[in-house]
Amino acid sequence: MSNDFSRNAHVSSRELGSRTRILHALHIDPWLLLPLVALSVSGLFVLYSASGQSDTMLMTQIRNLGVAFFVLLVTAQLKVATLKGVSPYIFSITVALLMGVAFFGVGAKGAQRWLDLGFIRFQPSEVMKVAMPLAVAWWLSKKALSPARRELLIAFLMVALPSLLILGQPDLGTSLLVAISGLSVIFMAGIQWRYILSMLFLTGLSIWPAWLFVLKDYQKQRVLTLFNPESDRLGAGWNIIQSKTAIGSGGWEGLGWTQGSQAQLDFLPEGHTDFIIAVLAEEFGFRGVALLFLLYAIILVRGLIISWQAQSSFARLLAGALIATFFFGLIVNLGMVSGLLPVVGVPLPMVSWGGTAMVSMMIAFGMLMAISTEHSVTQAMR
Amino acid sequence: MVRQLNQMQDWARETRIIHGRIVVLALMMLVIMVGLLYRYFVLQVLQNDQYRAQSDRNRIAVRTVAPTRGVIVDRNGSLLAINQPSFTLAITPERADDLAQTLTTLRDLLGLSDQDVALFLDARKRRRAMSPVPIKYRLSDEDRALIAVNKHRLSGVSVASELTRFYPEGDLVGHALGYVGRIGIDDVDDTKKDEYRGITHIGKVGLEAYYEDVLKGGLGVSRVETNARGVELDVIDRIEPIAGSELSLHLDLGLQRTVAQAMGDMRGAVVAIDPTNGGILAAFSNPRYDPNKFVNGISFDDYAVLRDSRDSPLLNRVIQGQYPPASTIKPMLGLQGLNQNVISIDTRIADPGWYSLPGDPRKYRDWILRLRGTGHADDMNLRESIAQSCDVYFYDLAHRLGIDALAESLDGFGIGSLTGVDLPSEKRGILPSSEWKKRVIGSNWYGGETLIVGIGQGYMLATPLQLAVATSALATRGTAYKPKLVASVAGVALPLEPLLDVTAPADYWNEVVAGMVDAVFSPRGTAAGMRTGITYSVAGKTGTAQVVGIAQDATYDEAILSEYQREHGWFIGFAPADNPEIVVAVLTENTGGGSAAYPVARAMLDYWMKQNEQ
Repeated sequence: MSNDFSRNAHVSSRELGSRTRILHALHIDPWLLLPLVALSVSGLFVLYSASGQSDTMLMTQIRNLGVAFFVLLVTAQLKVATLKGVSPYIFSITVALLMGVAFFGVGAKGAQRWLDLGFIRFQPSEVMKVAMPLAVAWWLSKKALSPARRELLIAFLMVALPSLLILGQPDLGTSLLVAISGLSVIFMAGIQWRYILSMLFLTGLSIWPAWLFVLKDYQKQRVLTLFNPESDRLGAGWNIIQSKTAIGSGGWEGLGWTQGSQAQLDFLPEGHTDFIIAVLAEEFGFRGVALLFLLYAIILVRGLIISWQAQSSFARLLAGALIATFFFGLIVNLGMVSGLLPVVGVPLPMVSWGGTAMVSMMIAFGMLMAISTEHSVTQAMR
Repeated sequence: MVRQLNQMQDWARETRIIHGRIVVLALMMLVIMVGLLYRYFVLQVLQNDQYRAQSDRNRIAVRTVAPTRGVIVDRNGSLLAINQPSFTLAITPERADDLAQTLTTLRDLLGLSDQDVALFLDARKRRRAMSPVPIKYRLSDEDRALIAVNKHRLSGVSVASELTRFYPEGDLVGHALGYVGRIGIDDVDDTKKDEYRGITHIGKVGLEAYYEDVLKGGLGVSRVETNARGVELDVIDRIEPIAGSELSLHLDLGLQRTVAQAMGDMRGAVVAIDPTNGGILAAFSNPRYDPNKFVNGISFDDYAVLRDSRDSPLLNRVIQGQYPPASTIKPMLGLQGLNQNVISIDTRIADPGWYSLPGDPRKYRDWILRLRGTGHADDMNLRESIAQSCDVYFYDLAHRLGIDALAESLDGFGIGSLTGVDLPSEKRGILPSSEWKKRVIGSNWYGGETLIVGIGQGYMLATPLQLAVATSALATRGTAYKPKLVASVAGVALPLEPLLDVTAPADYWNEVVAGMVDAVFSPRGTAAGMRTGITYSVAGKTGTAQVVGIAQDATYDEAILSEYQREHGWFIGFAPADNPEIVVAVLTENTGGGSAAYPVARAMLDYWMKQNEQ
């Protein structure tokens, strides 16, 4: 591709240290892998406690992690050019699957998210979390940056269609993450600030009609509860009150592993999934929380550096969008559990129980590693 | 080459753009992550105390531990009110998969009534979340077996063991004991709400209500760790409850049984008092009810029967039945007549069988007139008049005293005043006076009414207990103590409380008591029928209380009066006459006269004197 500059250089292995050489051969970025492993392992401890010391859940999560890290390593082997080449197809297929869900999907807990293909049941919306940034980055990197109005318009349509389909399932949390993953590519591509500002302005204006016509009652309730949890102590306010109580009672040092009364006595709802940081905060205290923040910060910084140093605009846009999406999911969860944001079903990355979300996230990190190691090769060559 | 150069320029420009955005993104991340970290710092470190306390409030539930209610025993230690373990069926609605289905199953299984279900649904509204709501009390062994076998169909159903009040003697002492019942909304006022946390029953009537504060005991407290569903996991600490105090009564269960046997189906009230301390030895009201029925909620149907019965079984006639005292007041009136010097021991009054006031043609009949057509004798003195219950003598005495002195005389014996017995809802009767008539009825007193009051009829009403207390003042020659069912609370004797103090010279007392002894032992005494085979001395007085007013010249014909219009019979008395150990007052409703009452008294006295010989 015309914008890619000096990509096809080859590494001279003699110039690299032996350890680095092995990692390069495996396309592994240690600055991403190590904090991810650290998060997963500490997540297992918290999960074991949060699940009431369930060995079954622990083993399932270990299996999920195994699959996820395997997917990570496989994805990391892909060439950036390959990713770019397949991105329009993956996107189109996933959009088609989302429509399929809308018409033939399988429901669970009142929402239609799953597609049953007979041999496998999966959520196309999860695939969209990676398909979206790929496709938008592919589209915007076709022309010179920053994008012209026509390119922008189409990019916005690419973001809007899947997001609305997912919103209709209804799955507000995933819809938001998918939209963010696309929008952050547009942001990275250098959309003019005046567009950004006017969009923010329009969003502000649309809150009132969205409140009236788009948000479901339970979603409105979650927003209202945020401002006054005490208004509905035993109902919608319960989650927020109990998670703040769990977090707040942890103090500096925490109550000790498996010793948190909020978590162990079932006061904290969803303690092993979306609200798992409250368990960590209660049992390991602010020290544990700060350590967790540090691990996430390493990942974020590393993601930004990969984006900064990537060797093509596509790779930069993709890397930037992937890390921005990761960041967004993270802060929505951290904000929601601590009572700053409404309750939206977004898990804590790498720590919360659950397989599908973890796999799609590992595909994202696999792509980041693919970009990172490709860059390293070039840099090492210089 | 130019193209290469353009590419290089594009690359440089795009790098600038993207790097710019990365810087913006990095700044956003920095600010937001630091902000979030600060949020956790505030919650965890700055507000730690507040959330720690909140967490403890979640975790630690303070459960009250109900004390055991004090038992009630008679004077010999026989159990009258005890606490029995019983099994209660309860449903925790949150745990029931399908509450309607569970209720239907229970109906089929245990035959629950619509009312049981209605009470359950009502109770459900008033309890805490996740707590069991009782639906059936006192499960039989069979019920429990049925529940155990069908456990799989009964989600949310539990069987709890608790102590329930039980009255082993059933209806025998029912009126005096009263009963406890489930605490209702109005039973406990707000200031006492805390004392009743965890207590399910409260004394509603009778001794159970009067001595509620000492019977209840003190709550214990246990702090338990619970999970979010309220399930207790661990006891953190516990303060044991203080058991309620035992009440020991003056009442003698054997005497009470004797009374019940002697009364049979007769409606009425019987009370026996120890004149030396006011202790109530027997207190019996007929018809009766079984207090056990009330403990866990009487059914609407059963209650309707009790409430609507013409015989008023719920009424404790001993303290709430108000009857004309009739001739039973004659000894008291006679004593006060002597005291006030309007008569003397030797005063004799002509007795033609009727009496009339000067200048008034109206004839006031003596009861004997209808039997014999004449008076008791040509003339009568006080002793004879008490023994034979001569109306004419007391018409004359009443006339001499005048209504207000008469009222004052009987007030000295406590007629028209509450005795202050240790039971709730005592009635005071009526002691009429000219002032009373003006106040209550609004008209002036006239002379003829004084005569009627002089024989204990007219406006005058008294309870059997009042007459028993008045009689014990006769028995002790002046002093009566406040009547009490309870002798001691938790082994500590209650103090004596003097109630009446009538002073009179000894020979006046002797004369009146001699009249009462004659009533039993002289051939013409009105209670002569009870003396056959008697081995101890008795002083007594009969009475015949008119229920309906008889017109001036009409004769009283039992045959044409309905059962409920027939006269009540009275007997008051004490034994032994010279050193009284027991005072009795017997009222039999609609029995036509005192001849139905004194056999009951005889049975009681026989029992008591025989027991005291041993």
